[in-house]
Amino acid sequence: MKFFGDVFGRKQPPQANLDNLFAVPSAAITLEVTAGFKPTGLASVCYRQAEGGAFASAQADVQELLDADGGPKVERSTDEFGFTWLLCQRDPAELSELVTEIHAVNSSLEHAGFGPSLLCSLVSFSDAASRRIGLVYLYKQGTFYPFAPTGKTQRDNALELQIRAALADDLRIEPELGRWMAVWGAPGL
Amino acid sequence: MAHTRFRGDAGLTARMTVVMVLLGGLYVSVAAALIAYGFSAVTVLVFATVAGLAQWFFSDKLAMAAMRARVVSPNEAPELHGMIDRLCALADMPKPRVAIADTDVPNAFATGRSPNHSVVCVTTGILRRLDAEELEGVLSHELSHVAHRDVAVMTIAGFLGVVAGLVMRWGLYFGGGRRDAKGAPAFLVIWLGSIVVYAISFLLTRVLSRYRELCADRSGAYLTGKPSALASALMKISGEMARIPSRDLREAQAFNAFFFAPALNAQSVTALFATHPPLERRLEQLSQISADLSRPSA
Repeated sequence: MKFFGDVFGRKQPPQANLDNLFAVPSAAITLEVTAGFKPTGLASVCYRQAEGGAFASAQADVQELLDADGGPKVERSTDEFGFTWLLCQRDPAELSELVTEIHAVNSSLEHAGFGPSLLCSLVSFSDAASRRIGLVYLYKQGTFYPFAPTGKTQRDNALELQIRAALADDLRIEPELGRWMAVWGAPGL
Repeated sequence: MAHTRFRGDAGLTARMTVVMVLLGGLYVSVAAALIAYGFSAVTVLVFATVAGLAQWFFSDKLAMAAMRARVVSPNEAPELHGMIDRLCALADMPKPRVAIADTDVPNAFATGRSPNHSVVCVTTGILRRLDAEELEGVLSHELSHVAHRDVAVMTIAGFLGVVAGLVMRWGLYFGGGRRDAKGAPAFLVIWLGSIVVYAISFLLTRVLSRYRELCADRSGAYLTGKPSALASALMKISGEMARIPSRDLREAQAFNAFFFAPALNAQSVTALFATHPPLERRLEQLSQISADLSRPSA
């Protein structure tokens, strides 16, 4: 009934798709073996902050939840597009715990009715030459894409395509290259 | 099913359905009348179909040319592209082309026959007047038009008006060749009938257009989660928009002189013909959404 929803102007905001996020830890192993990139222990979640008190309290709950484990505090920042980033930090070896933390952000927001506000999350990796890449998960599409910034507004497309080839069997890579949105200066990179 | 804060407006949907059904009924009765009278029906329909298809396929180019808009690349307008990239990722829709029109009139529009062939255009005037959050509200409103396929809906809805308008304008020419047994009176009935049909379909499409605008406001506000930013953008630009005469209003005034009793005051006639709902109505809806978003979670 999606078509009628469109025609009657009732298009609902799509809910986030979380199913594929937990594929990251196994993909990280492939990434290390085939391309030499290791997790840095940093990951961030990007969402759109809605106005009003309900969102603010949901957000405070998320931060409290994530800070409760005694590790480094979650850092919150706002980018120039008005989107909010939560940066989580863990020991690089504990990648699956990191992914669980990201997931906690989603389930809390979703529980409060703000699931559609989630934009993407990013898990960061680096190689021996200290090149950084971010594995970006698009919540609405349920797909990943690599993001390799090299300067302020330049990205290494060759490296990104190489990562895509390396991870094609482990992750659902976003097939539409137009959706490989640049996230310059994203926390964690 | 995940908990959602999105609330449909059943009343709005019901009213829109009534308008669509009325338009559909008008279509059927006109088709029946055309067949019954055998009045150059084929000629008229061919003309109207060509006009309709042209509008369907070239709507984006026509609108762009009329506004002297230019498609811009991500390098030329990185902020605008970045904003639309993110909104499209949030809304899970294909990214439309992005265009800028170099005019100081603060405005924005979306056009194109399907989400894959659409263009979102903003004027330099709106870029100058709005801050980032307000611009994002406006863009999400335009993206909702794209998602709701408003160009397709309004082209179909307006098709009958095109047919009736053609009969009305060229009716004498079409009727001229058919001076048979029934002669002029039958033709005159058709001509007057087409005027009535034109007037009714004109009013109905305007009502539909106003409902579509409310729907786009609604979906846009839910997409960004900031109805108040859209409301403030509307207040900023409508004050200046109101002084700029548009073609529609001039057409409407000509009709006003022709059809309506002078007892109607100018304001209510304008409201009847407007393609957009009054500002107060839009602001009222946005503040309702703002209240819904702020409700504490259950």
